[in-house]
Amino acid sequence: MSTATETIEGFVSKEYKYGFVTDVETESAPPGLNEDIIRLISKKKNEPEFLLEWRLKAFRHWLTMTPPTWPQVKYPPIDFQKIIYYSAPKKRGDGPKSLDEVDPKLLETYEKLGIPLRERERLAGVAVDAVFDSVSVGTTFKEKLAEKGVIFCSFSEAVQEHPDLIKKYLGSVVPYTDNFYAALNSAVFSDGSFCFIPKGVRCPMELSTYFRINAANTGQFERTLIVAEEASYVSYLEGCTAPMRDENQLHAAVVELFTNDRAEIKYSTVQNWYPGDEHGKGGIYNFVTKRGLAKGVNSKISWTQVETGSAITWKYPSVILQGDNSIGEFYSVALTNNYQQADTGTKMVHVGKNTRSTIVSKGISAGRGQNSYRGLVKILKGATNARNFSQCDSLLLGNKCGAHTFPYIEVKNTSAQVEHEATTSKIGEDQIFYCNQRGLSTQDAVNMIVNGYCKEVFKQLPMEFAVEAQKLLGVSLEGSVG
Amino acid sequence: MLEIKNLHAGVDGKQILKGINLVIQAGEVHAVMGPNGSGKSTLAQVLAGRDGYSISTGEVLYDGKDLLEMDPEERAREGVFLAFQYPVEIPGVNSTYFLKAALNEIRKSKGLPELDAIEFLTLVKEKMKLLDLSEDLLKRPVNEGFSGGEKKRNEIFQMAVLEPKLAILDETDSGLDIDALRIVSGGVNKLKRPDNAQLLITHYQRLLNYIVPDYVHVLYDGRIVRSGSRELALELEEKGYDWLIKEAA
Repeated sequence: MSTATETIEGFVSKEYKYGFVTDVETESAPPGLNEDIIRLISKKKNEPEFLLEWRLKAFRHWLTMTPPTWPQVKYPPIDFQKIIYYSAPKKRGDGPKSLDEVDPKLLETYEKLGIPLRERERLAGVAVDAVFDSVSVGTTFKEKLAEKGVIFCSFSEAVQEHPDLIKKYLGSVVPYTDNFYAALNSAVFSDGSFCFIPKGVRCPMELSTYFRINAANTGQFERTLIVAEEASYVSYLEGCTAPMRDENQLHAAVVELFTNDRAEIKYSTVQNWYPGDEHGKGGIYNFVTKRGLAKGVNSKISWTQVETGSAITWKYPSVILQGDNSIGEFYSVALTNNYQQADTGTKMVHVGKNTRSTIVSKGISAGRGQNSYRGLVKILKGATNARNFSQCDSLLLGNKCGAHTFPYIEVKNTSAQVEHEATTSKIGEDQIFYCNQRGLSTQDAVNMIVNGYCKEVFKQLPMEFAVEAQKLLGVSLEGSVG
Repeated sequence: MLEIKNLHAGVDGKQILKGINLVIQAGEVHAVMGPNGSGKSTLAQVLAGRDGYSISTGEVLYDGKDLLEMDPEERAREGVFLAFQYPVEIPGVNSTYFLKAALNEIRKSKGLPELDAIEFLTLVKEKMKLLDLSEDLLKRPVNEGFSGGEKKRNEIFQMAVLEPKLAILDETDSGLDIDALRIVSGGVNKLKRPDNAQLLITHYQRLLNYIVPDYVHVLYDGRIVRSGSRELALELEEKGYDWLIKEAA
């Protein structure tokens, strides 16, 4: 046992290397939440009236709600009046017109994170819309995208430039009444990304956003909206790292995806927020609502996520399969170590005929981590010939961690086929010894075994993200050689 | 090359090896035979460095170095190879990738440059001929979904690629049909060189029809009760182990 235990300790004790704080003057609202704060946010962002009204409605609704208690996670109650709901890097003069004008310290931060913000050769193919706390600081490849009619900009910019689109789609997939954190986000969201792919366009590059939480005690509430018009395609990458903090930080994002007929959205996330230290102190609370509406016939929405960070993860990227023959996919790797807790999974709601969904969830628990898969497969009455396949695997490293699976299946149409497979396994000493005996160190052996276990999910990721995921799991990626 | 002196080892407080003495020189093939429960597999595991065995007395010198002080991966890098009785499955890990990583670790420890993908594949293709393996096997995850015979052949294939100095073959013949046994033995024989040695652990003498040992040792109750030449194995085949056990008692 000793070898395996040492490994796990080694695996667990890797320090969070992105823990630094950028010294940027911030302009912040006072802590607390009331209608005045919401008006302030809306005013700061020069928003049209309809948006302010929407925020206020969301806020009033939020006041009637209570935080969800059903997830398999434990944390002290959050005092929402202690959180700062608006914080923006202070602008010099009229604000940056190009990246040259962006605060060099901000750029340095991205540099340390390895984020390709500037247009460099090696970045060709990746456009970045970086969210630093609440305000976007730079967008690349915009012109190239514009040629194709693709809109990819910060949410705030979209509000100014394309208010009609925002008005039409905002809240159409995740209404502000949806849940406690979605309501909160709707009331106070600061910024995020907006993406619109016109009819028949295949987006020429992977779109990418890196999120980062920086100012102390600042909640970050992004809002992302992606709309794919008829027969269009987009692959969107979202990656996150956050600097080290002692106090827990709340993160409540909302992501809405919308596909029209024959459109496809592929949404990939690598999430590496600060998970807290080895004693369970600090870390991000990640309470996110992500949902896609496959509205059109033959449309497809695919979620791939690699979750290694956050103290608490509460997240269920879902697909509503409304269009006939539409497809929903969910591929997930969730790693919890130390005192991290994750309650994550998906919801596949089959509305249309011949709709198909696939769920592949790989949970890895180490240290005292608690990892829960929670998934709902719902087949409505009209969903004739709907199909679902779910596979939920749990891998345990050590004997102080836990894995839990909560599958919910509701079928209202007798022609449906729903399959669910689940396994729980422990990294075997046999496997480690076998690798050792071939000359591999125990750490390399664990990395290799974990990586092999996650392979089905990693192969769904775009190449550059697969590399990131590999780094995050400390795994040498296979399949990239030979 | 290998010198085992008065080795005592056990697991969970139970003594299994009770004073093993054995010397293996380069270029030699030794067979250790014995009835079930005599300690054959324990010997293999202890030599390879498996966790969980306690060594109460004795020492093992490998090229003059204290083998028991080394981690299992160090032993492997120094040229000790164990062909497992029950090869382990590693789901999702590609066989080629696994073997390339292993070979490069061994090369690194010897100060040799790592092989790149093309060099490695060239080597692999050459070695596969030895064992009549299909390339398809290498594209699959390590041992996953392999038949019993394929697993055993894959062990010897790994041995062919890693080129150990001391190969310990733990019941490599078990579960093999006669054709597979011939192929595996043929592979092992081709890998024999004046500068390496093989230690075969087997219950049956059948294997020794194909891989001819220089020495045969009979292990019983944790001790080597008889050593001899190839003829000893034939005698065992004829008479069973009982007569030796009675003599030893």
